[in-house]
Amino acid sequence: MPITEHRVILKYADQPGYTNTIDCYLQHGGYEALKKAVAMKPEEVGKEVEVSGLRGRGGAGFPAGMKWKFLDRKSGKPIYLICNADESEPGTFKDRQIMHKDPHQLIEGMMITAWAIQAKLAIIYIREEMPFAAKILKRAIEEARAKNFLGNNILGTTYSCEIIVHRGAAAYICGEETGLIESLEGKRPYPRIKPPYFPAALGLYMCPTIVNNVETLCHVKHIITMGGAEYAKTGVPNNTGTRIWCVSGHVQRPGYYEFECGKITLGQMIYDVCGGLHPGRALKAIIPGGSSAKVLRADERFKGKLRDGTEYNWSVNDIPLDFDSPAACGTMSGSGGIMVMDDSVDIVEVLANLNAFYAHESCGQCTPCREGSLWMKKISSRMTSGHARPEDADLLKNVADQIAGRTICAFGEACAWPTQSFLAKFKDEFVAKADNKPRKELRLI
Amino acid sequence: MSDPAKPDNLISVFVDGEEVRVRPGTNMIEAATLAGKEIPHYCYHSKLSVVGNCRMCLVEMGMPAVDPTTRQPVMDAASGKQKVNWMPRPTIACATNATPGLQIKTSSPMVKECREGVMEFLLVNHPLDCPICDQAGECRLQEFATDYGRGYSRFVEEKNVKPKRTKLGPRVMLDDERCILCSRCIRFCQEIAKDDVLGFISRGSYSTLTCFPGKELANNYSLNTVDICPVGALTSSDFRFKMRVWFLKETNSICTESSVGVNTIVSSREGTIYRITPRRNDDVNDTWMSDSGRDLFKQVAAENRLDKYALDGAPVTADQAVAEAATLLKAGKVAIVGSGRSSVEEQFLLKKLAQAVGNPPVYLVSRVQPGDGLLVSADRNPNVRGALVTGLINELPEQQLAKLAAAIESGAVKTILSVDEDLTLAGLTTDQLKKVQVIYLGTHHNSTSQIAKVELPVLTVFERTGTFINQQFRVQKFHQAVPGPAGVLNTLSVLGKLLALNGQNVTATPQGVWPLLAAEVPALAGMAFDTLPDTGKLINASTWEHLPYCEGKTLKYEPKKPAATAQ
Repeated sequence: MPITEHRVILKYADQPGYTNTIDCYLQHGGYEALKKAVAMKPEEVGKEVEVSGLRGRGGAGFPAGMKWKFLDRKSGKPIYLICNADESEPGTFKDRQIMHKDPHQLIEGMMITAWAIQAKLAIIYIREEMPFAAKILKRAIEEARAKNFLGNNILGTTYSCEIIVHRGAAAYICGEETGLIESLEGKRPYPRIKPPYFPAALGLYMCPTIVNNVETLCHVKHIITMGGAEYAKTGVPNNTGTRIWCVSGHVQRPGYYEFECGKITLGQMIYDVCGGLHPGRALKAIIPGGSSAKVLRADERFKGKLRDGTEYNWSVNDIPLDFDSPAACGTMSGSGGIMVMDDSVDIVEVLANLNAFYAHESCGQCTPCREGSLWMKKISSRMTSGHARPEDADLLKNVADQIAGRTICAFGEACAWPTQSFLAKFKDEFVAKADNKPRKELRLI
Repeated sequence: MSDPAKPDNLISVFVDGEEVRVRPGTNMIEAATLAGKEIPHYCYHSKLSVVGNCRMCLVEMGMPAVDPTTRQPVMDAASGKQKVNWMPRPTIACATNATPGLQIKTSSPMVKECREGVMEFLLVNHPLDCPICDQAGECRLQEFATDYGRGYSRFVEEKNVKPKRTKLGPRVMLDDERCILCSRCIRFCQEIAKDDVLGFISRGSYSTLTCFPGKELANNYSLNTVDICPVGALTSSDFRFKMRVWFLKETNSICTESSVGVNTIVSSREGTIYRITPRRNDDVNDTWMSDSGRDLFKQVAAENRLDKYALDGAPVTADQAVAEAATLLKAGKVAIVGSGRSSVEEQFLLKKLAQAVGNPPVYLVSRVQPGDGLLVSADRNPNVRGALVTGLINELPEQQLAKLAAAIESGAVKTILSVDEDLTLAGLTTDQLKKVQVIYLGTHHNSTSQIAKVELPVLTVFERTGTFINQQFRVQKFHQAVPGPAGVLNTLSVLGKLLALNGQNVTATPQGVWPLLAAEVPALAGMAFDTLPDTGKLINASTWEHLPYCEGKTLKYEPKKPAATAQ
């Protein structure tokens, strides 16, 4: 049975003739939601988003409406809105599509959000490796300003707000919201300790700040268009709306696909949407939510009870693609980057590759992640170069255990989870590396 | 959130089940210290901002259980006490402040495991060059590795290579391989020294401490970074490779650089001083001191040290020299130049001596230079307040002794007793000094000692014991660290001998003088040398508060406006 996408965010993006200019956007009903929003009270806009059940698309899946409610409005300090466009989780490439193909949707979503939280200034923090997106956004902002969708006295109201595009300097850690804020302030992007530095109270320049992902902000536009309650009917309860999934790896048709949350399973995504694996290959492993998510083994089964009491007994292919189901299977939907691996991969090589990434991107602020990520990289790359020892598998797992849960930011978990899950699920392959291989003489130093 | 039944505004927290009362806002590390427990830490420093990056202070934290709907305490039926909700993950103690009923586990299996993990991580790329490292013996990495580490390494990879022997500034050397990236030095430069020149470059385990391009760590507080470096990454160019710290004897002292009265520790071995480090006093200098103050011990072994008693340039015995001085003082037409660098006891005996020889005029030489607003004040005499309190002088001193010069010219003064003051620097010409007979008590040769009729060598602050009164009118003790040149008496003894030759017998030691001070100086009533706390004691300064002192604001001092200008 062919499955068709349910496109909301990317509705027009790939249509022939659709361009990223404001004229094209206006022809497709653009900025109507903003007009609707500024006719509402800011708190009513916030209420709609809360009712919609929108969850953050950046990775943590935190309810956006609740995040906005945490905002410290009594401090009297200016409020800032930051769009986190530092999309750098390996396996994730959805925000780039939005910014390239439909930048005005993001701008509209941001201005609605800015209105809702009464932000003084909105900033798009975009990763250094997306120079074209930054250029497109800057042009789009000029277009929107010319039509008074941002800038002074937006759409005839007394409310004024600018959007600034700020390009990062190529660091994965800037995707962490407090690291991003530090970077915006012109410092090293060392994530802040929480408590006390929750962005909603002590964010950019120690002012209340909301940081949302690109896709999340785009959804705000559709929530206002549809109404929160109506939006909440898409997807499944507690996992509302649509979501863009990025499928990469050993499938016939890798790419980005938008579906309602929970309305499609991992198996459908791989076999029906992406055309299945290459001929003659068998599924070996899936990383379901960006490289930090814990890996799933092809032959795993997951049993348990959902929140509503229904029991489940899923194979990997049965896992519904939403926020809660991957979490129930001990992993996460994360940033929506699904990486499929068939039986041609060397699982130790995969982990060595991931560990190299995390060792390179660890900011170096706190000890466990700084030293542990490089150590894990050194061990796993040694294992792939023919110098594995039988005890390395346990050592690697233990090093990861010493990182997770003990760091300032979630990078600790992000770099430990791959190692922990790979070792838990494919330990035999790690142990096998040590067998009958010429080994370099190693001594403790 | 204070308990109204306990009016002291303290709250109860429980460290390993033991109740301790702390001020709200005290962090877990300080709370545990009050309970007598150590929570090991590297990056946390009580006088710097909290960054929480070393992760050594991870502890288990629990809060009293409260029913989320009724807000009522949840009781444990078995023990009858309120249940505790333990957090599933460890928490950093440095960034977690005490709240009522907070529970801390400092040595649970989880905490031990966390510390073992952090210790292992800190050591994997550390060069482990303790045998050649200056920090050995006072290194937190050594101490905590012994106390909380696993004792063996599982690391078989190659260690990171980083710059070694980097000169950060004129006084500070950096070994990046030893650095554990705690950022204490960076925060010190930003927050205390206000000289933001240090930072990290590169990422992850390759992060490297360095100076910004074109800058150097040259501020007058740079050596504090060496003090607060928990490992051997930052070392003092001066102290480097000079002495193993465990051989050093530590003596509490006071810095004589200015009237701030920075509390110090003088480290010496076998009569030689090797370094001066700050001693914590939260009311005076926190845990800091200036670099310039650390150099002052070099006067002890200076080339021009005065160590022979002399009469008209010819060597004599101490008793001969003192007897000649006494004779000159008795002959009349005397002027006395006291010193703001003398101790309270010396100033007091000098005043007694002045009274014994007919109350000649007493002068003091002021030393005023711009203060730095931190720990070097404008008044570079450590003890002008002492001279006021003891009654040696009644007005603030002047830099030039114009009145004394006039008195010499008019023939009213024929003898000058100078206590460690080079009179040629205080406005008197050599010609003027040749018209009088100078009795010079001093530590070093100078233009005055060359002209002096009687030369009486005395001891430096490192070689004697006494008290100073700093700008806050805080009486602070300093102790003898090293013996001083053979046969040289201290100023107090010389003054005692001179008094004895004038018929007054005093025990010329601080312990002997203090009963007299307590009896005769109202502001010092009830005090004694031995019971004076190491952190000093503030005295009632109302008598002298109206004087127009030259000091501006420093770290722990706000100048009071003189009464004349306040009106």
